[in-house]
Amino acid sequence: MSNITGNEIIHQYLRHNKKFPHVLCAGCGHGIVLGTLIRSIHALGIPKDDVVVVAGIGCSGRLAVYVDFNTVHTTHGRALSFATGIKMSNPKLHVIALMGDGDALSIGGNHLIHAARRNIGVTAMILNNNIYGMTGGQSSPATPEGSTTMTNPYGQLDHSFDTVELARGAGANYVARGTVFHVNRLEKIMMEALERPGFSLVEAITPCHTQFGRKNKYKSPVDMYKWLKSTAIPVERYNELPENKRADRMPIGVFVDRGKPGYEELYYARQENFLKQAAKGGK
Amino acid sequence: MPRPKKRTEIFALGNEAVVEGALLAGCTFFGGYPITPSSEIMEIMATRLPRMEDGVFMQMEDEIASMGAVIGASLTGRKAMTATSGPGFSLMQENLGYAVMAETPMVLVNVMRGGPSTGLPTSPAQGDVQQARWGTHGDHPIIVLSASNVQECLDMTITAFNMAEKYRTPVILLLDEVTSHTREKIELPNEGEYEVFSRTVPSMPPEWYKPYEETVRGVPPMPPIGSGYRFHVTGLTHDRNGFPTQRPEEVVELMDRIHRKIDQFFYDIQLVEEIMTEDCDVCVIAYGSVARSAELAVQQARSNGVKAGLLKLMTLFPYPRRQTEKILSHAKTLVVPEMNMGQMSREVKRVNMGHAAVRTINRVDGQIVTPSEILKVIMQG
Repeated sequence: MSNITGNEIIHQYLRHNKKFPHVLCAGCGHGIVLGTLIRSIHALGIPKDDVVVVAGIGCSGRLAVYVDFNTVHTTHGRALSFATGIKMSNPKLHVIALMGDGDALSIGGNHLIHAARRNIGVTAMILNNNIYGMTGGQSSPATPEGSTTMTNPYGQLDHSFDTVELARGAGANYVARGTVFHVNRLEKIMMEALERPGFSLVEAITPCHTQFGRKNKYKSPVDMYKWLKSTAIPVERYNELPENKRADRMPIGVFVDRGKPGYEELYYARQENFLKQAAKGGK
Repeated sequence: MPRPKKRTEIFALGNEAVVEGALLAGCTFFGGYPITPSSEIMEIMATRLPRMEDGVFMQMEDEIASMGAVIGASLTGRKAMTATSGPGFSLMQENLGYAVMAETPMVLVNVMRGGPSTGLPTSPAQGDVQQARWGTHGDHPIIVLSASNVQECLDMTITAFNMAEKYRTPVILLLDEVTSHTREKIELPNEGEYEVFSRTVPSMPPEWYKPYEETVRGVPPMPPIGSGYRFHVTGLTHDRNGFPTQRPEEVVELMDRIHRKIDQFFYDIQLVEEIMTEDCDVCVIAYGSVARSAELAVQQARSNGVKAGLLKLMTLFPYPRRQTEKILSHAKTLVVPEMNMGQMSREVKRVNMGHAAVRTINRVDGQIVTPSEILKVIMQG
């Protein structure tokens, strides 16, 4: 793990000219995810100028404002399309797409599956808090069945998306899940995701007490973290569990690690070939 | 004196000319999604760009993604474009607004087809004129250009890129199916025969740079992402540093500036071609392929002894008001033929304010407006 202290993070990576405080509620896990991301980038020694954080809309979308990288706060659900254009235009850049669960899985679902299929060299982070937070607590595609939200006062009937399975099916190169309770593990995953070629996706489970917990039997933010602690289980151990014991557990860890080259790599290799042929006078 | 180099002549489709123009203007990124009648632009780009140094072609999953990718590419300093038709244009509106707000240069070609909805695929129409102006939400200025023949497709595409870069704004090139699917002989300009404008990049050290600072032209310099100038780009109303703000004075400052940077350069942006308008009694105001029918009608009217003229709009928005007002000092009748229910005649009536009689000719059946139709109305006076 990286050994950067809180003070160093503030001085090196947060924006001094941004009007703080931030918009996040007490108990929110988003700040932990952002801290993880910063520490991973620091540990890998990636220069700030080479990092582009492309964010969607919502609570997670606002994170881009606070960090001193190149930051683009896009339209709702479209972060991956902007990120694709940036990565293809300048493959040297480390492009990180920060999205919420509603952002990435609902309105941005098409962009997500195609970014994975295309295997574009972007690191996607889905901050999954199971709810639409900033708009006031409506159901998202990740809201668990049976839970209560502003738009599902009688309990969610829709099935909830399994982000990992979705990304795996769509062809993502690297897929992992972590939680903000298991910070060290999340940091390790994050570093791997940043280093892998092609499309990598990290789903970070982060609690929203204000909009989700309050309505769903979690009395305090602490209860939500306890829930993460008791539900999450390393995928290796999860696979050994008998079927009947899996229902309430959530596997975390690395699910896919294919190591295929990214789309931009293939594209530029082909282009170089064309240029070589042309230089030789061929067609 | 060296003999001027002969220009290369090619026999090209309107859509092909758009590609030639874009490449001459320095376009190195195309992201798009297929839709007729604009598809050839994408197909030719798919062949050309991957063989060019630094050229990137991407077929995206939809029009929304195309716009996102184009804006992303532009942020890295590239000249980027996309092309679409009616229904795709509707999908692009969301990110078009983003490009306006984040002041991202880009060119969007819309080859109009009959609508509303999926409408009349691959039949000519001019039904997206007001969508180009007001399709995205909020108050914003926009530059909309048009072309009436294949040579103009090339020239106006170069102009579109130049304006996009000069004013840090998306520029829409509205074509109709007749123009984009007509094949004509055109001349490719030689190097140096046309202007290529690229965005101003900051010259100050990165720590002094404010991404949305006031400048004389109202257009702040724009560094490529990854070049050492780290700043925040957002579709939210932002302050000079690029950070979201809701303070009224900062909101007003931004809105004023993005309007002013276009307003104060009307003379540069509003392009028209005036044909026999100096003394005309009847003036036809037309754009796109209809302007070609109109030109013939005007010539025929003249040979019939009627003082007719044509104001051909090359810029649709901001509407060339000055040039129209000049004609209003002597013209008694304005004729506005278009392939829609009257989208541009609204602008003409707004500027006319009752000075002259305004006669409209409207076709929405997927057929072109013929010279004889226009001539008939001109002769009625």
